[in-house]
Parts: sequence; structure tokens; C-alpha cells
Amino acid sequence: MKISKAGLSGLFRFSFMLCLFVSLLPFSFLTACSRNSAGIIVAGSTSVQPFAEVLAEEYMILHPGVTIDVQGGGSAAGIMATKSGTTNIGMSSRKLAGDELSLWSVEIARDGLAVVVNPKNPINTLTLEQVRDIYSGNITDWSVLDGNKAKIHLVTREDGSGTRSSFESLVMGKTPITAKAMVQDSNGAVRQLVADDSSAIGFISLGLVDKTVKAIDLNGVVPSREHVIDGTYNLSRPFLFLSLAEPAGLAKDFIDFTLSLKGQQILNAQGLVTTGGTP
Amino acid sequence: MKKFGERIPQSIFFIIALSALSALALITVFIFIEGVPLIAKVGFFNFIFGMKWAPSLGQYGIFPMIVGTVLVTLGAIILGVPVALCCSIFLAEFAPRKLSNLVRPAIQLLAGIPSVVYGFWGLIFIVPAIRNYLGGPGLSILAGSIILAIMILPTVISISEVSILALPPLLKEGAFALGATHWQTIRSVLLPAAKSGILASIILGIGRAVGETMAVIMVLGNAVALPNSILDPARTLTTNIGIEMGYASGEHQQALFATGIVLLVIIMILNSVAQYAIRRK
Repeated sequence: MKISKAGLSGLFRFSFMLCLFVSLLPFSFLTACSRNSAGIIVAGSTSVQPFAEVLAEEYMILHPGVTIDVQGGGSAAGIMATKSGTTNIGMSSRKLAGDELSLWSVEIARDGLAVVVNPKNPINTLTLEQVRDIYSGNITDWSVLDGNKAKIHLVTREDGSGTRSSFESLVMGKTPITAKAMVQDSNGAVRQLVADDSSAIGFISLGLVDKTVKAIDLNGVVPSREHVIDGTYNLSRPFLFLSLAEPAGLAKDFIDFTLSLKGQQILNAQGLVTTGGTP
Repeated sequence: MKKFGERIPQSIFFIIALSALSALALITVFIFIEGVPLIAKVGFFNFIFGMKWAPSLGQYGIFPMIVGTVLVTLGAIILGVPVALCCSIFLAEFAPRKLSNLVRPAIQLLAGIPSVVYGFWGLIFIVPAIRNYLGGPGLSILAGSIILAIMILPTVISISEVSILALPPLLKEGAFALGATHWQTIRSVLLPAAKSGILASIILGIGRAVGETMAVIMVLGNAVALPNSILDPARTLTTNIGIEMGYASGEHQQALFATGIVLLVIIMILNSVAQYAIRRK
């Protein structure tokens, strides 16, 4: 098996190109333009996206021939797209602020944030201040909090995620999350990591808490739907649908469906906290 | 008439070849257009040597990620290259034909495993092993290096093997004629003669390691802080783009493109060094 020098350098040119293409491929997705289809586009928060997809699916079954195109992009992108009119309905997983308040918005459900640790961790309750001290890097060992003698392994979400920005505004205030925290790019990945590591701590959507992790009581309040609804558990965030102006036509019909008993039941079944099926 | 018939396929092939090149040009130009304004705004020095990465606060410093990339790659080279070199020498010089015909395709198969599978495997086996036996969170530079060491094996093995096999048989025959043993011949004649090809294979391995994203995202922990030990989590340049592109918009997105520029430049340098090493002989 002999290969000439020319063949070899050809191989390098080829692998060079391959390297480039593979490492740059993701960019093409970033620039993918929004499509124009018969129907409406719902775009924004990736936290709301999976729920909106279920709603859209159900709506399209009830109304054959209508297309509802649900896209991600993040809360910030959703708000921007709503402002610029490139999407019919925007999705946001945080409260609107400043000049964003000029947009029309409706809360379709609430999502609780749960601070989770490994089930083997003896700690059951923390105060908001303790959680903040853990995430700012002031408390680095579980023994300080009467837990086992073990370093705390912090898990957070990536910059830009709605879950992270909710956690920052609800828990951290102006204190930044320490750079030493491990970063995972989805609720599921955070939950998996906390489930595997006995000294890890993370935060995920309340609806996604399962037996593999333990949700911490905050200031003595058990994180539950009931406590999110009655307001005693304060780590919760609104899921909003946005529109440039008072919605009309298909957009209005889809939002009405979301707020109807059926729509709210769907959201409830998916793990969100709804106010009981009435708008 | 014959000339005309020759010219048509020639130009068709030329145009198709150009389209491959133009894809490269398009992508490069696009990345630079998106990324350069941010580097200009933040300042080249602040961007490359800045210690803080907090896009939501407008802080864009990628130095911890450059360090992360260098450390993870270095670890992969330290773990992977000796194994790969021994393997390529074995395949080129010692292995009986039957055995090498079995091992060679197996190593090529290693190159065909999707990176997400490497990452998943690392997450399920390597990360818990590090957590349980060495301590720390498990997601660490060491875990990333181990995965990358395996991933660069096929590149380094096949190119060094080819460069050893491509040596003129005269070298070996001459050494034998002088009474050198097989091992002496390998050590003092073949390896020095194949040096440039072996070096190139290592550099291409480095390029592979620097560019790998998916597998590394899953096992590295992605923390944006300077690591204190190889058991600490870290973030590389590629994983910075991979993990944050989902939500990035505006300046944040530009900063990710700017990270891409730095990566592109690193890969270009590595590839030119590899080309140079091969030509110099």
C-alpha cells in the first residue's frame, strides 16, 4: 500500500476541507431563515417550545389544513421576532421588562424551578440565601450546611437559557453564578448529572423532577404545584405567549385554544402549573 | 472536434471543483463578517486574554477556553500518540499480513464511530470511573483527554503507517546489509526517515482533537474557569459554540462566531504546519 507524496498531501487537503466543513456546519443552522407557510408561526423560548408543540399538534388535529409552525430560538429571540413581526406568536419564559411591556402578552401557565440534589444527599432544606451562597461560590463544601464532608459540584445552565436567567433573577439577584460551575445545555442533562453525582446540585423545571433526583425545600416550603399556585413557593416563572398587537384570526383562535379547559389540561398533563383550566 | 470534446468535461470538472472551494470561501467570509465586529468592539487583546465570559453581562473573554482547548488536546496527545505510534510501527513492520489485514480495517472502523457515541460512552463509563476512583465531579479534562485520545488514534495510526510504508525499500535493505537487527533498523533508520510523516500525523491528530465538539461537550463539564487540576471541568473553543448556540442572539451570537474565527485560525496554522512538515521531508 504505497501512496505518493502528492496523494498524501491531497489527503491532507481533503481532511482540511472536511475539518472545516464539519466544524462550521452548525453555523448554517443559525442563519436558517424563518419559513413562510400557510398558517402561523410560534417562535421563542425553548422552555415553552415543547409544550407549544404539543398544543399545536392537538390544534392541528382539531383543525385539519391549518399549519402551526413552532420554532425555538430562546425567549430573547422570541420577543425580538414578535416586535419585528417575523412571528405571529412569540414565546417567553420570563417576565417582560422595559419597552417589551408594550407587547400584548398572556400567561399560559407557570413553571416552577426546583433546586435538586442527589437522593443520597442528607440535606432536605436550604434557605434562598444558602442557595445563592452555593452558586456564587461562597459555600463550597456540603459540611458547612451540615451535610457530608464533600465538595459541592455545581451544575448550571448555559448563558442565554431561559431557565438560567429565571434562576438568576429569582435567586441570584445581582450576584453572578461562579465560573467554576459546570454547564449543561438542557434540563435533562442537568438532572442526569445530579442523579449520577452524590455531591452535585442543580436547578431544573419543577415538572421534570422525578425519582432520580431530590427537590430541596426552599425556606421550608416544599416545591409543589400547590405551593406555586398559592404563591408560597417563589421559584416560579411565567410562560408567556406574545403578540405585536391584540391577536386576531388564527393566532387568536390558537391562543384561545391554549387557554381553554382542554388546552390547560394538556399543559397540566405535561407537568406545568396551570390555574385550573380557566383563562 | 476532439479538442472541443476534451474541453467540455475539463470545464465541467473545473466548475465543480470551484464550487467546493467557493463553499470554503463563503463560510470563511461569513464567519469573519459576523465575528470581526465583536472582536473589534471588545478589543482583540481583551477577547483573547479576557478571563471573564458572561455574554449576558457583555463580557467576552475566551482565555479560559483557549487554556481548556490546549490542556485537553495536550492530554489527548500524551495519552494517544505513544499508543498510536507503537500500533503503526507494529502494523508497518512486525505484523504478519493476515493480522494487519484484520487490524487495519478495525482501526478504520474506530474513525467511523460517530462522535456522539464516543461522548455517550465516555459519560456512562469514563466519567463515573473518574468520579469514583480519582475524585472530583468526573466531568473533567481527564475524561475529555481520554475520549479524544481514542478518537485521534485512527488519524495518527494510518498516516504514520503510510509514511513508514512509503519509505524506499533501499533504506531497510541497506541497514540489514550493514548487519543491523530489525529493531535497530526501525529505531535508527526507518523512524528518523519517516519523521516528517509521523510529525504530520500527530499535527493532524491535534487538529482533530481541537475541532472535536460533540463528544467533548458531553464529558468536559463546560465550566468557564481556569482549571486547577486535570480533574476539574473545563470548556474548549468548540464546546463554547456548541453549548451556547441554541439561545445566542445578537452580540452573543457574534461572540460565538468570533470564537469560530479563533478556531479557524488555529486549524489553519496546524494544517499549514502539517503540510510544511510533509514537504520538507
